[in-house]
Amino acid sequence: MNIRVADIGTQSVGRIDIAEVSISLGEGIDAFEAVSGLDVSISPGELVCILGPSGCGKSTLLGALAGHLPITAGRLTVDGQTVAGPSPDRGMVFQQHTLFPWKRVRDNVAFGPKMRGLAKAERNRAADAILKLVGLSGFEAFYPAQLSGGMQQRVEIARVLINQPRVLLMDEPFSALDAQTRGMMQEVLLDIWGKIPTTTVFVTHDIDEALFLADRIVVMSARPGRVIEDIVPPFARPRSQDLVTEPEFVRLKRHVMQLLRWPEGSEPMARLSPLGVPT
Amino acid sequence: MAIAQPARPAGIRWVVRGLSILACIALWQVASVTHLNLGIVTFRNVPPPVEVVESAVALFRSPKLVAHITSSLWRVFAGYGAAVVIGAVLGFAIGRSRAASDLLQPPLELLRPIPAVAWIPLSILMFPSSELSMIYITFIGALFPIVLNTVHGVANVDRRLVASARSLGAGELAILKEVVLPGAAPSIVTGLAIGMGTSWFCLVTAEMISGQFGIGYYTWEAYTLQNYADIIVGMLVIGLLGMGSSWLLTTAGRLAMPWRSPKVAR
Repeated sequence: MNIRVADIGTQSVGRIDIAEVSISLGEGIDAFEAVSGLDVSISPGELVCILGPSGCGKSTLLGALAGHLPITAGRLTVDGQTVAGPSPDRGMVFQQHTLFPWKRVRDNVAFGPKMRGLAKAERNRAADAILKLVGLSGFEAFYPAQLSGGMQQRVEIARVLINQPRVLLMDEPFSALDAQTRGMMQEVLLDIWGKIPTTTVFVTHDIDEALFLADRIVVMSARPGRVIEDIVPPFARPRSQDLVTEPEFVRLKRHVMQLLRWPEGSEPMARLSPLGVPT
Repeated sequence: MAIAQPARPAGIRWVVRGLSILACIALWQVASVTHLNLGIVTFRNVPPPVEVVESAVALFRSPKLVAHITSSLWRVFAGYGAAVVIGAVLGFAIGRSRAASDLLQPPLELLRPIPAVAWIPLSILMFPSSELSMIYITFIGALFPIVLNTVHGVANVDRRLVASARSLGAGELAILKEVVLPGAAPSIVTGLAIGMGTSWFCLVTAEMISGQFGIGYYTWEAYTLQNYADIIVGMLVIGLLGMGSSWLLTTAGRLAMPWRSPKVAR
């Protein structure tokens, strides 16, 4: 594998600049502003969680970063380059896996290298190596439908990471899993991120998840989403699930819950997808 | 009634199924030997199964059978084959592109309600040989189910998968080959199976009207020559050919889509 180890090691790759970004969804009279005048900068190698209520535009922002949705105002750059359309440089993991049901696990993971024109033997070797890293050795010849939800998301992560993306974008990737699997997957993610320290933008509405994973938490308000607070959880790495019961964790959690409390009489809004349509 | 019944051994169930078929044949034998007349339907001219078996043996020994079957198979192969190629191309174009859909869908929607068999007189006038007109009828019969199911399959491919493929660096051609084609495959195979059925149906009808050879012609000729046992032999051969070709299709479909039955995949 020709990983850009040097680049990643010096943490010079994967800077994200979001400057005055607005994103409108819908057409004609149904159009609305999902994100309005957002300003966030993310350093290379940082693991940032974007936390906010349902429908606050955080998934929409992720869709724009991936290049699936156009922005209506502002500037969106990764390492100084304006985001224009999808690219293997910006890997996306969805809430529900998007593995190709007709491809075996190995061929799913090797899809990116295949598109780059890598020879079969070479891309299979790369796929097997990254599958080992996410703990799925022995499942290379399975079809996605034969795997559990947690395993499917590991394949999804491997399929994105094999392209050595500048940034890893994750849209509530573990929210469809049961609580136990979710906790395990959070540890798996931190483990992978420790080995391949890619800039990661992780969208979630789960406060525990954000506090457990993040270097930094960007808390967003209800739609149109604005940044209401930037939190740096002071927890040392490596982290384990024991962290969630520590007093400092609980104190921070209480603080974030206050931030996200609904104003009297308001209702949560419909979830938006990174592809722009309500799901 | 979903109350659990005591499970019968599989062997006994097969015996029951076999006996059911034998009973039907026995009823047929009795009805035709006694010239059973029920008023609205009569068995007076229906040959008994024993005579049918004799005729079948005679046909299987004569060289005529091969000639009839090969000319029918050739027509299906040509007409159905053309329908598969043209139907799949049209289906992909209409399912993927709004412009192609606006351009091609309206005339197809106008022609679709016309049963293929209604084309027979016009096709005899349009084509120089009856051979070509029969192939055309077979083609028209198979075309619409193939186009419609391909459009349905192509248009309903999960757009998240397409977005994912694009994110992973796939170009338009790769998306078509790696995502749209396999994603639409189950629906396409359904269209192919329905099309196979209708193309046999249309072929047999066309052969009865304008054929020189072919299994439909054989069946109709048997009627005009009053070889009544041969009629039933022809019907059975048509049934067997249709069954065989749809078995070929479903088997090919299963082999082409191993992810649909993952038990064989490990």
